[in-house]
Amino acid sequence: MLYAFKIAGRYLTANKAQTALLVLGVAVGVFIFIFMSALIGGLAEFILSRTVGDISHITIEAETADPPLLISPEGHVLVATEQASARTATLADAATWLPLIEAVAGVRAVSPQITGAGFLSRSAQVSQVSVTGVEPGRESAILDLEGYIIEGTARLGSGILVLGRKLADDLALSLGQTLRLQSSGGVTAVLTLAGIYETGDGRMDGGRVFVSLSTARTLFAMPQGVTRIEIKLDDLNAADATALRIRSLTGLDAVPWTDGAAQLMEALNAQAQTGYFLKTFALITIVIGVASALLLSTYRRRPEIGIMRAMGAGRGFVVFVFVTQGALIGLMGGVSGAVLGYLALLPFPSREAFRAGTLPMDITQGSYGLAITLTVIGAILASILPARSAARVDPVTAIGQ
Amino acid sequence: MSPLLEVRDLVKTFGTGEAATRVLRGLTLVLDTGEMAALLGPSGSGKSTLLTILGTLMKPTSGSHMMLGQDLIAADDHALTMFRNRHIGFVFQFHNLLPDFTALENVIFPTAVREGRETATARTRGRDLLVRMGLGERIDFPSTSLSGGQKQRVAVARALMNGPELVLADEPTGNLDRASAMQVMNLIGQINREEGTTFLISTHDEKIAALCRRQVVVADGKVTG
Repeated sequence: MLYAFKIAGRYLTANKAQTALLVLGVAVGVFIFIFMSALIGGLAEFILSRTVGDISHITIEAETADPPLLISPEGHVLVATEQASARTATLADAATWLPLIEAVAGVRAVSPQITGAGFLSRSAQVSQVSVTGVEPGRESAILDLEGYIIEGTARLGSGILVLGRKLADDLALSLGQTLRLQSSGGVTAVLTLAGIYETGDGRMDGGRVFVSLSTARTLFAMPQGVTRIEIKLDDLNAADATALRIRSLTGLDAVPWTDGAAQLMEALNAQAQTGYFLKTFALITIVIGVASALLLSTYRRRPEIGIMRAMGAGRGFVVFVFVTQGALIGLMGGVSGAVLGYLALLPFPSREAFRAGTLPMDITQGSYGLAITLTVIGAILASILPARSAARVDPVTAIGQ
Repeated sequence: MSPLLEVRDLVKTFGTGEAATRVLRGLTLVLDTGEMAALLGPSGSGKSTLLTILGTLMKPTSGSHMMLGQDLIAADDHALTMFRNRHIGFVFQFHNLLPDFTALENVIFPTAVREGRETATARTRGRDLLVRMGLGERIDFPSTSLSGGQKQRVAVARALMNGPELVLADEPTGNLDRASAMQVMNLIGQINREEGTTFLISTHDEKIAALCRRQVVVADGKVTG
């Protein structure tokens, strides 16, 4: 069918202006497709990085053990238990699991933590806080604590405390001051304020303090083990699968971030659906454009089709000529649109440099290959109707024209 | 020896009911290999319809159509297309060349479409035919840049490209001046004599018809002479 390919190419080059306009129309459709892909993908990335970027992608928390029954289990037994805030569940074997978890593919960082409630006081001022004890050197493993520091340092150590700006303002604190932190278990530690952070999240900035893991052990009377393990992944979309892998590997209840983010996932899905609609419309425009142009071409070339049929060209040959024309238009328009789209996206900041107030266009999510492939397929489908119409041309009538 | 072509009791009716028009009314014609026949008759007598049926571009309403021993009435569209490509050449009144192709590309079209590509052998034969038609210096010219007579000679070369047994020519000189017309007819006569190709030439021109060894007269849908 090389010859049909040659004729299709000749028809396209015979009227360069018309072909150029047609290819341009297709290219604009592909450009819109790519632009929308980059925008929707970039927006999703931006939203995720803002909402999920600073949280644990997979969390393993110690399960509170059921209290032992001290009475005979025969008959009906009603037991009422009250969650004791002072009693803290522990992951006693955390030290054993950590190397295993760190070795799982896709795991970027692991942070063993001891968390609990406490009271922070300076002179007569007292504030209820949430205490997080993390290993020195892993302060920014999950939350980018270092990046949010506005005063002092995020580096934790013995007798050191880092807290949020709102809390610092509420208690009129400044760096270097000494504070008393009393845990819910009644243990008190005297700590020095070494750093103040500001994340923009009022609840966190006003009520969460960070101490070293060893300080937390003292405060919560936990000589070994941790209360939770937070895990950060290279790809947060792989959380479900990785959590499953960790669960099967360790037997621990690894919970992916998606478990508690149904609304966020719904919103992202809705946004993705919107993107699909827009891209579909762009494709439909391409298909209609190619089909109408080829229908016109078919009509204009009816006498020639008649001559070809009279000279022994079969219906299949005629169909192939026009379908090849459609495919070539789709390919040229697709590649041109993809190149245009790529060039147009180049000036936008990379996904790592997204900032509020700018369009979060992600050049890596332009779906260039998909756009070209779908365009070629769409153009081929669009050319089938004109091609079949051409193949049905009656040579006697057509030659008479 | 069996004839090259034989049609018997051909009837062709266009339309149905009261609007039906019977163009051929039981026409019978036999052509032997190597004949050069003129097809004469007034407008509306059925000459063009007959050529169209003989060229397998249209089927008759009834009657028989045999060529090279094959029953062409029973053949399907694909078989007729193949048969037409191998055994029948066409020359139309208005040359009907492909406008976006050169003279050579037009000539080799019937072979290229059969083989799926333009072979070197086809190009050589196409060139030879064009040289024979006196168009050696116009081989790679766009067909649109040729004069009427040159275009018609390209059309004759195209009709001969696949070495057909039968060439059907519908008013091949009808659109040419006298000199060009005689040039085309001389070429047709030469090919007929040298290669034994059968020609059936539809014409209104008595002088053109006189150049043929046989005259077939069609009137009112039948052969009358």
